[in-house]
This record gives sequence, C-alpha cells and structure tokens, in this order.
Amino acid sequence: MAGVRVAGVGLTHFGQIPDRTGRDLFAEASIRAFEDADVPRADVEQLNYGNFMGSMAEHQGHQAPLMAEAAGLTCPATRYEEACASAGVAVREAVKSIRSGESDVVAVGGMERMTNLGTPGATEALAIAADDLYEVRAGMTFPGAYALMASAYFDTFGGSREDLAHIAVKNHANALENEYAQYQRSVSLEDALDAQPVATPLHLYDCAPITDGAAALVLVSDSYAEANDIAAPVSIVGSGQGSDNLALHDRDHLVRTPATAQAANMAYEDAAIGPDAIDLAEVHDCFTIAEVLALEALDLYPYGEAITAARTGETTIDGALPVNLSGGLKAKGHPVGATGASQIVEMTRLLRGDHPNSDAVEDARTGLTHNAGGTVASAVVHVLEVVA
Amino acid sequence: MTDADDSGAPGDAGFDEWLAAIADGNGYYLESPTGEGSLPPRRICPHSGSTQLEEQPIPDTGTIEAVTVVHVASPQFVDDTPYATAVVDFGPVRLTGMVRGLDPDSVETGMTVESTVETRATTDDPLLVFRPV
Repeated sequence: MAGVRVAGVGLTHFGQIPDRTGRDLFAEASIRAFEDADVPRADVEQLNYGNFMGSMAEHQGHQAPLMAEAAGLTCPATRYEEACASAGVAVREAVKSIRSGESDVVAVGGMERMTNLGTPGATEALAIAADDLYEVRAGMTFPGAYALMASAYFDTFGGSREDLAHIAVKNHANALENEYAQYQRSVSLEDALDAQPVATPLHLYDCAPITDGAAALVLVSDSYAEANDIAAPVSIVGSGQGSDNLALHDRDHLVRTPATAQAANMAYEDAAIGPDAIDLAEVHDCFTIAEVLALEALDLYPYGEAITAARTGETTIDGALPVNLSGGLKAKGHPVGATGASQIVEMTRLLRGDHPNSDAVEDARTGLTHNAGGTVASAVVHVLEVVA
Repeated sequence: MTDADDSGAPGDAGFDEWLAAIADGNGYYLESPTGEGSLPPRRICPHSGSTQLEEQPIPDTGTIEAVTVVHVASPQFVDDTPYATAVVDFGPVRLTGMVRGLDPDSVETGMTVESTVETRATTDDPLLVFRPV
C-alpha cells in the first residue's frame, strides 16, 4: 500500500469577506498549496473538493469543474458534500486513491462562502444538515441541536457554562498569532459568560463564527515524493469515517457521538497506534460542547471527563494534550465545506514546524484531526505523522 | 393525500399523514417485529433491518429529555423567538418539537408533555408542539 505525503498546504485568510466569489477564494488557497508543494499542476490526476451550501450561497451547483478551472487544473474533479465534514471526506477519498495505486498526485480542498447570506440566511443554510421533516420544521437550529446535547451532557455528567467558556478562552488564545484566523484576539472568561444567548446553554462565544474561506492540499504518494525530490515530511498514516442516524432524537445517546468513535477506531487501527500516541489534536469545535464530545468519542478522555479539560489546563497550549492550537473552528473560523481540509493544513504546519504555535509542540510527532458533519451524523478522523 | 396545505403544492407523503394523525390525537410510530420504534416515511427498520413495520399508537404523553431556549432562529422561525425546543421521550420513539404553554425559560427536563400540531408564529406552516399536561 502506497504511503500518502502532504506535499503542500494553503489557506485563504478566514473571515468575513462577503463580496469574494467562491472560485476566487479557492484559487487563492490552491496557489499557496502549489507554491508550497513545488508540484507541477499537470501532474495532478484528480481534484477532490468539499463544499456544503454553495447551491444556496452562490446559486452554484456543479462546483468541482469550476474550482478545477479556477485552480488551473485540467484533471477530473468531484465535489464531496457531507455538511461540515465535506472536506474531511474529500481528503479521505484522496488518501484511498493514492493508497490503492490509482493516483500519485491528488489535489484536495474545500471552500465555503457564507457571510453573504447574513446571519439568518446562514443559520437556515446550516440547519439543512439536520433532518428536514422532523428537526428543521420543528424549529431546531444547528446551535439549538448542540445546545440540546450540552443540556443533556450537563444533566448526565455535570458541568457548567463556565467549563465551556474555558474552551472558548483557550481556542481564542491559540489563534492570536495565526495569520489565517478570523479572530486574532483574546476573549476573557467574563466576555464569554456575559455574551448574548444563542440557544441556551450556548451563548455567542460558545459558537464558531460564520466564515468565508478556502483550504487546499497537494497529496502525493511516497514514490512520487521520492522520485521528484519533494520535501514532504508529514504523512497521513491513518484514516477513518463513521456515520449515525441523521436526527439527534433517533440516536441511542444524546451525549455520545458514536460516528466519531467509529471513525477514530478505524483511524487508530489503520495507523497501528492507540489514542495514547496522539501528541496534539485538531477537533471539530463548531460549538464548545462539540470539543468535549469529540475528545471523549476519540477515546482521548473517558466519557464524562473532558468537560474540565480546558479549565484544568490539560488541553491548553502548554498542557499534556494541546487541542486546537490553530484556534479551532471557534477562533480560526469555520467555512464549513473547507474546514476538514484546513485542519490537515494546520496540523501539517504544526508538525513541520512552520506554524506560529509549532514551538510549543517541538517534540510532537503524531497529530489527529477530527471533522464532523451536522450533529455528528458524519465524522472523519485522520492521523498525521512526521516521517522524514 | 400528500398536499401539505390547501395551496395544491406537492407535500411529503408519509410525513404529512403522520403529522395529521398527531393533530387528530391519533399519533403513531412504526414498530418492527422485535419491538423497535421508528418514524415514517420508512420501509426498513433502522434498528433491526426488518421490512415488516406496523403502525402502533404513540403513548399520549412523554418526558422532556433535553431542552434549549432558541434566541437566534432561521427566517422561518424569527417571530417565534425566544422558543423552547425539546427532545421528548415517548418510549418507543423520541420526537423533537417546540414547547408551548409556559415561559420558555421555565421548561425543564423531566416534565411530562403531550404532543399536538399548531402553526408557527412566523409562517402558517404546521409545527409539532408539546404542551405540559
């Protein structure tokens, strides 16, 4: 089985840039990735592209060939849609293609344009990741769904709004030096606790922002990297995916996310490691409670115990297991269809040593990325390792 | 009967009948031969894989398992805010809906409610509603 190297990574600045078209955003991220990779565009055999709400935000379906064109590629191109896990799935399918020997060079990425919809419009667009008949028509919003999970978590295991606020404070602190982050500013515990409610117990700073942005990667096989003298020290050594019932009320638990556990078990087995080998993680913190649910389903914490991880400093930059050193979705931003690829970008930079927060994890060799769709009806986990 | 309303627009067969049955006080769920519950439209039980699904009456009352008060809504619900969204356990199935009949902030887990169908404040679309008993 061929190994998969991350040859190049690129991001746009994440933020509120409502006038920029999706094709322009993706082109910018792809230029950075190809400059970083030093791989000719003519060698690319396929483009795997993630996007969720382009049909609503830009009235643009059939986006993959458009994005290939924008990125200067003439290869076959396919769009993957799995809500906020769209780009995670695009990465996973690229890994499978290279491992199978089908491809040596795959371009992967994602783009989401959201702020042009306005907050109500983006709220409506995000909600369609839920069950339309039984959830959306009942008034359930995306923050509302995670709020139900937070409420159930507090009832089952304990925990407080203050525990969640510590996660927001941590992730904002991590983003301070990240030039691509939407919010390069700190948030105090008081700011987080005093912010306006969105869906109780979640308030404004418990929620990832609405974000425009794009991410791109160039993935190559070991043999291609070797033959072409490509510097690509980071490898994707584990990949896994899981699914669950779409509607939250149809799940066995409101406080567990088995799709993440399924994806993690598959990725750990694939990488031939256990969770104790993970030095740092980028997890899908679309809401503060989502970081808690992820750490538990990833088996990095026992169920019921990750709620205090940020508060006690275990997951802060100088903790035993730094989580979301990029700033996470919370502070780096969450252009939903790009997020899964952006996590691989950030983890690669962290492990290679060219991320502003790399110095804090100088000895780190193994990182995990976790990308989730909806209320975790979809989850994708990747394990990255420094191999050269 | 698949018209969602009187407009003549296509409806959602299976779901519309289910919602109408809830409105009439004759709500049902689908039961597999091994006793698992699920909601229509459905041909295959997601728990057992059985295709032998039978309509059974939903219990009259359920218990609130989780609740949130939504302050930021989509345009479809903007005039309904703030409102309580709850997941209610009816035994064989759970349902998600809006709790009415008390201040949203006083809705608590463990409360007993019954389900009915009303309309949104924002639009005239039908809405699954829970009211305390």
